[in-house]
Amino acid sequence: MPVTVKIPVPLQRITEGKEEVTGEPGTIIALINSLDKQYPGLAERISEDGKLRRFVNVYVNEEDVRFMKNEETEVKDGDEISIVPAIAGGR
Amino acid sequence: MGFVKGLKCRECAREYPIDPIYVCEFCFGPLEVVYDLEGIKGVLTRELIESRPQNLWRYKELLPLDKEPTVGLHSGFTPLVRADKLAKHLGMRELYIKDDTVTHPTLSFKDRVVAVALSKAKEFGFDTVACASTGNLAHSVSAHGAAAGLKRYIFIPATLEKSKIIASLAYEPNLIAVDGNYDDVNRLCSEVANKYNWAFVNINIRPFYAEGSKTQGYEILEQLGWKAPDAVVVPCASGSLLTKIWKSFKEAQEIGLISDLDTKVYSAQATGCSPIVAAIKANEDVIRPVKPNTVAKSLAIGNPADGFYAKQVVNNTGGDGEDASDAEIIDAIKLMARTEGIFAETAGGVTLASTIKLLESGKLDRDACTVLCITGNGLKTKEAIVGHTSEPHHIEPNMKSFEAVMDKLKKND
Repeated sequence: MPVTVKIPVPLQRITEGKEEVTGEPGTIIALINSLDKQYPGLAERISEDGKLRRFVNVYVNEEDVRFMKNEETEVKDGDEISIVPAIAGGR
Repeated sequence: MGFVKGLKCRECAREYPIDPIYVCEFCFGPLEVVYDLEGIKGVLTRELIESRPQNLWRYKELLPLDKEPTVGLHSGFTPLVRADKLAKHLGMRELYIKDDTVTHPTLSFKDRVVAVALSKAKEFGFDTVACASTGNLAHSVSAHGAAAGLKRYIFIPATLEKSKIIASLAYEPNLIAVDGNYDDVNRLCSEVANKYNWAFVNINIRPFYAEGSKTQGYEILEQLGWKAPDAVVVPCASGSLLTKIWKSFKEAQEIGLISDLDTKVYSAQATGCSPIVAAIKANEDVIRPVKPNTVAKSLAIGNPADGFYAKQVVNNTGGDGEDASDAEIIDAIKLMARTEGIFAETAGGVTLASTIKLLESGKLDRDACTVLCITGNGLKTKEAIVGHTSEPHHIEPNMKSFEAVMDKLKKND
């Protein structure tokens, strides 16, 4: 069972309309870079110089990676990754 | 109307048309409304504004609608209270409370942003509105949405104060209580928003919604006699209100409503959820998300989307930030009530308690003309002060019983 990555609407143009793609275990940044080979342009949208962009939130099994090791967080088979644009202004 | 030029990414400056979109497709940066300020300059004068009804739409040229507003026609234009008793207590020269505890119709500043968001949603042709909320937004979308004849889906953390849940349910929206904190609710909602074609006021309508906060800033300027204060203290959750108040001051200067602008902007947060103030204190550009744990639930956003920009405003204006513990928040709520007769919700306690600490540390000048943004009514978070107030004097229905209490009170005087 590979790693599942949920793709937000603004990026689905890059993933040929797919809401979900799959990748291999490893660090988040390695996963993003390997997905970029299949979906060129994806890594540039999410990261810059090997770091996640400021307005991108990445969750592993619903936990924000910034509570773990950011882009160096390890993901394993069966994990579910969500990429979510930072939004708020709730209250 | 019609002074809106389009949307623009705050990060990479890419431009977009007026649509229910909220993030830059390229860098995920937030989109912001851009106006033709040159065009507004000749049209929106002090005299025109003053001739209009006392609600937030008196500044409509600076709000992102293409047609006339349809929602929240009585929202805004709350009192700016000169708080002399509180000022004396704190040793301050000139202090004002921008009193959004009495905003129509749901007693928090969220009525401003929702008035704008739902007017825009109707322009776009949506029949359903939704939001992720810690309570005040839920309350306001429930109410404004009912009056506007819109279907409503309201998502809240299940742990919200009971009084806020009931307050929203009175308007019979579809209320979804999520097992998780606000950030969990928000993340879920961004997925829901992907799937359902609704106007999510704080997601796909966010660029328009957030502009409503500016009206609090315009009102402060107008009510001070078209002058900017020396200092303004703003409670921060997502950081949006703080950045928009500053934007309103800058726009007002640019179109000539005020001449001078030298306001220091201060950020107030609860210690149990202070990612923005922590970054200000440590002088770091990165806003580190936290897991909120505070009595000030309306400010409990651990992952503030506008935190970076709020910190930038604070730094660029020479302001600062401070945070307050639960005990300090409760003391401040009571202080404001007994000095000024204004009962604020916990966020108001955060603002005043942080102000007191800013004064004590010398970061805020006691001689500065200062405005506190008080954003919600204490009746909405009564639970927070239960057990922290005095008790009633319980008596029999006769004079003897009453005089016994009077004797006791005289002794304590």
